[in-house]
Amino acid sequence: MRLKANKALGRSLWVYLCNTGSCNGCDIECVALGTSRYDVERLGVKIVGSPRHADVLIVTGPVTRKMEPRLRMIYEQMPDPRFVIVAGVCGMSGGMFYDSYALAGPIDQIIPVDVYVPGCPTRPEAVIHGLSLLLEKLEKMES
Amino acid sequence: MSRSITPYQTSIGPTHPAFKEPIQLVFDLCGETILKANFAPGQAHRGVEWMGTRRNPVQVLYLAERLCGICGITHSLAFARAVEQIAGIQVPPRAHYIRSIACELERIHSHLLWAGVAAHELGFDSLFYLTWRARERVMDLMEAFTGNRVHYALIQIGGVRRDLSEDMILKIKETLDYYAGVYDELRTCLLEDSSVRLRCRDVGILTATEALELCAVGPTARASGVPSDIRRDHPYAAYADVEVTSVLPNQYTGEIRGDVYDRIVVRVLELQQSVKLIRGFLDQLPEGDLLAIPKIMVLLAKLKKAEGEAVGLHEAPRGEVAHYVRMGGAETIAAWKVKASSYSNYMSWVPMLVGEQVADIPIIAASIDPCISCTDRVMLTGGGRNEVWTKEDLTRLSVAKTRRIQAKLKAEG
Repeated sequence: MRLKANKALGRSLWVYLCNTGSCNGCDIECVALGTSRYDVERLGVKIVGSPRHADVLIVTGPVTRKMEPRLRMIYEQMPDPRFVIVAGVCGMSGGMFYDSYALAGPIDQIIPVDVYVPGCPTRPEAVIHGLSLLLEKLEKMES
Repeated sequence: MSRSITPYQTSIGPTHPAFKEPIQLVFDLCGETILKANFAPGQAHRGVEWMGTRRNPVQVLYLAERLCGICGITHSLAFARAVEQIAGIQVPPRAHYIRSIACELERIHSHLLWAGVAAHELGFDSLFYLTWRARERVMDLMEAFTGNRVHYALIQIGGVRRDLSEDMILKIKETLDYYAGVYDELRTCLLEDSSVRLRCRDVGILTATEALELCAVGPTARASGVPSDIRRDHPYAAYADVEVTSVLPNQYTGEIRGDVYDRIVVRVLELQQSVKLIRGFLDQLPEGDLLAIPKIMVLLAKLKKAEGEAVGLHEAPRGEVAHYVRMGGAETIAAWKVKASSYSNYMSWVPMLVGEQVADIPIIAASIDPCISCTDRVMLTGGGRNEVWTKEDLTRLSVAKTRRIQAKLKAEG
């Protein structure tokens, strides 16, 4: 995976996590990515604290109305080329919260999305799979 | 020569994904010292309570679970307890025990998660990895038991949906032995380490009077010497059959100061308490049914006729959770109000933060365990300054303070 990232992007993937009003389930699972069991740093993936440093934005949550402008702002702060992964089913379709009055989502109506990772919540393994799918997509775009 | 410093305002957040009230913290600062603290919740409002009134009680259970991604049992149990009271459903004893075992396993996972995040906020990342490695054991166990790592879907109105097999009991016992084994290591790292002690001792103090006045709950209140614990004060599920004592910090340190260190002490001691409680539950686990009304259509028909109102209480890892439910003889519930534990604890931030330094904001904010991941962006405005601080900047400040203290320690020998 690290080799792939170097080939397709010229560098390792740096990831920024953004919560748009999720229940915290997917967020904790995404934080667990960086800890010893899953350890994505061995694949060159680093979780960073600022969107300005990130190549990939992992978005969780169904996007509440208050968070919509902030999600746009975070996306605009990222340098090109930028990619978006949606983690969790509520960001894809609203999921459990489909009929809420407070939602501006799903995420793909607000910012362009590259990879969808389903699950309620997503497993850390599934997010790693999502990252590798993103790299495959990049490779295809190159060739 | 004295220079006057212009006070300025700082806001942290609001990309703060706490479960129902993500928060923007606003501070009046003078140099590095906090003069005034305030907060503005509401960014992750999803309208869950309103959505609940459009669904039947069994569907609401799964919605309640998704109020919070850390407490998978907490909200569904509190909601189920309220509905059971309204409809007069008697939960079988074995289900009570399984519920209590799951609650305590959840407490272990939540406290370890918190300990890791707190260590991270202090700039002590190796401790973060150590606690989260230990946490994966209980996550595996919950997955083997319920089929999911986070939202367990274990609670049903009138009982539980899964039984504990002999194999599973053996697995739980193995996991408990593991935690009993690593407990001393965790305790030494979290409580005996001198840099942790220096960063947390006498920082973010909440006195017992303030805790009572501001209605703090759970470990936040107990660390200030208020022995409130729903498991002890209003026993439910199987908690009446075992001895539950309120964990207070003086059981370890001999005194109560109500600071961040005391809040770590309470949570570490509660890890040990949970292991002991689960062992007690497993020893007494009765045989019998899992559900009062196994057929879901019969259950729904009974709930359709139920009328009345009730409050379901539960001691979550973060403190008391209360669900108010009213049912009016319809298919859906008539009203639903959720009071989460962090909601009660937010107000205690104000006395904790006033007079402290900016570098201590992360650990004090984290010390009440507010479903963290907060502190994304700090905007400094006023006095001609307008800069943006990221969470990284804050963490850097925090790490730098730990390094300074460590260097000082070394110099002192």
